[in-house]
Amino acid sequence: MSENILEVNDLVKHYPVTQGVVFKKTVGQVKAVDGVSFGLRAGETLGVVGESGCGKSTLARVLMNLEKPTAGNVVYKGQDISKLSGGALRRLRRQIQLVMQDPYTSLNPRMTVGDLLGEPFEIHPEVAPKGSRRAKVRDLLDVVGLNPEHINRYPHQFSGGQRQRIGIARALALRPEIIVCDEPVSALDVSIQAQVMNLLEQLQGEFGLSYVFIAHDLSVVRHLSDRVAVMYLGKIVEIGTEDEIYERPTHPYTQALLSAVPVPDPTQRNNKTIIRLTGDVPSPISPPSGCRFRTRCWKAQDVCAEQVPLLEIRRDSDHPSACHFAERRQIVATHEA
Amino acid sequence: MSDILVSEQSAPGPGGSGRPSGRLLEVEDLRVEFRTRDGVAKVINGVTYHVDAGETLAVLGESGSGKSVTAQTIMGILDTPPGFVTGGQVRFHGKDMLRMSDEERRRIRGEGIAMIFQDALSALNPVFTVGFQIAEQFRVRRGMGRAEAKKRAIDMLDQVKIPNAKSRFNNYPHQFSGGMRQRAMIAMSLALDPEVLIADEPTTALDVTVQAQIMDLLAELQRERQMGMILITHDLGVVADVADRIAVMYAGRIVEEADVYELYAKPAHPYTIGLIDSIPRLDEKGQQLRTIKGLPPNLMNIPPGCPFNPRCPMVQPVCREKVPPLLQVGAARASACHFAEELVNRV
Repeated sequence: MSENILEVNDLVKHYPVTQGVVFKKTVGQVKAVDGVSFGLRAGETLGVVGESGCGKSTLARVLMNLEKPTAGNVVYKGQDISKLSGGALRRLRRQIQLVMQDPYTSLNPRMTVGDLLGEPFEIHPEVAPKGSRRAKVRDLLDVVGLNPEHINRYPHQFSGGQRQRIGIARALALRPEIIVCDEPVSALDVSIQAQVMNLLEQLQGEFGLSYVFIAHDLSVVRHLSDRVAVMYLGKIVEIGTEDEIYERPTHPYTQALLSAVPVPDPTQRNNKTIIRLTGDVPSPISPPSGCRFRTRCWKAQDVCAEQVPLLEIRRDSDHPSACHFAERRQIVATHEA
Repeated sequence: MSDILVSEQSAPGPGGSGRPSGRLLEVEDLRVEFRTRDGVAKVINGVTYHVDAGETLAVLGESGSGKSVTAQTIMGILDTPPGFVTGGQVRFHGKDMLRMSDEERRRIRGEGIAMIFQDALSALNPVFTVGFQIAEQFRVRRGMGRAEAKKRAIDMLDQVKIPNAKSRFNNYPHQFSGGMRQRAMIAMSLALDPEVLIADEPTTALDVTVQAQIMDLLAELQRERQMGMILITHDLGVVADVADRIAVMYAGRIVEEADVYELYAKPAHPYTIGLIDSIPRLDEKGQQLRTIKGLPPNLMNIPPGCPFNPRCPMVQPVCREKVPPLLQVGAARASACHFAEELVNRV
């Protein structure tokens, strides 16, 4: 295995909850990300899955250095990115780029595609001399499967899938090593989603990219990822290779999540058991003591309320799992496509 | 308490028994267009489907296929202008609703046909309590007093498994989580015991674990009440779990209709084949996904012939000239493809 190009160590991001208009006082903390560690290897795709509110988008923002972490750090090739500023930060930004979820709001409606894709070169003039930029933009459009003739069009003249391709082209412009994709296909229709997923895979092979692929759709994540991290209420509850997570999940939350995904095959209707979770996700302002999943877990014992389960390899688990009672259970009957 | 509908209950599964008068809700050759400043968009171009008591019809399609507009037309909540019905019928118990007076239609809404929407937060009124919004129906439509209406509303909240229904009665919609709001909306739409429930993307905005809870709840309530259900969705996974029959829509037309098992086992329209091939599956390891090339057509300028022809991998000259009608292929399925027979008979 190649070594990690990005390392996340014990990352914490809390947002203060304030009360009062003139005299603001902090009455609590939203613990959006609360102690997350993982490494990203060169050329791999790390999928991050979890339900809304689990902190996966906050994680993306901290990885991009759009938010400063409350504690912990993100290390890119030996440098702590949250400590960088000025020119060093600008140089770093060339290497880590972001593709956003909503292709309708992430593109400036008053700029043409040529301007949108040319902007990265304005900020980083060393990448392409002025005269060659137009040609570079045409190349980019071609790479993501858009017609280079459309360089003077505005975002509203494109469909959702095409706009997402523009978003991807913009992330690619500076030839980064890492692209953080925050729900890049969840706003797209099925037939278009497949096109964009294939494009992401093809670009990864072509340019040797590493992806952090954040999504709530477990099928999409399985399709694209080499390794997968499952998040719940600001923490990673289980992390492992695609096979380990999907075929041998050991954390009850992962098992429940996998069992709830509808499989597009009516003959499987009566063959599968859905693990029904009761209740809702607790508030990240005051998460439960000990294991955060215990309020919805069917295995919860007294120890779960007292001790925070560490993310480590356990007796019946070949990969790290944050459950005191980690136990293998087959949920999905996998077959080769 | 629930006065179960006394009408012919056909078994779940494709009809085809030829008793048009026994149908609960029928849409026939419905046509709707949107007249906008930029031109006329032909959103629905001859949609025909029906639903019987106790069965679930899934209407499957991508954005812009007309699946929601059809539902809005059935409910009589189509925005006019810009939307205009230009042809066809919507029959409820054999009577054409498009020719009824406003008063007659109002009586059907809620009691005959009810609808739940994708986004519960914007479907509920934010300035009234959830309980009030449910109880209101009992007071207006059933003439109940305040106390009795409240009792019935709490009972409805109980039925959709909202914990502490009594204290939740006085909460406002924003105090509910997404899943709870969807439950409250289900309670509201089922309050008057409708014979048909239209669910327009009921779980699209929800997380998977909550989605599973809500789909279970809907299936259970439907079974208890023998409701007919029209489930509008783009999710082939959800459809496989709950539908009896499926109608696939594309560019304002039904392109295929079949029993759920047959449709997944052997789709008889190239669009359906493409859709099923292009979903990543949880139980399959990643390969290159097969995709449908191109984009759905602009509804102001639908291509001549089969609307799918520019994207179809098996297109022939005839596809560019003649619109393929939705014809029976096999016992209880229909496909709008010139080459449907070949698709059905392929090995």
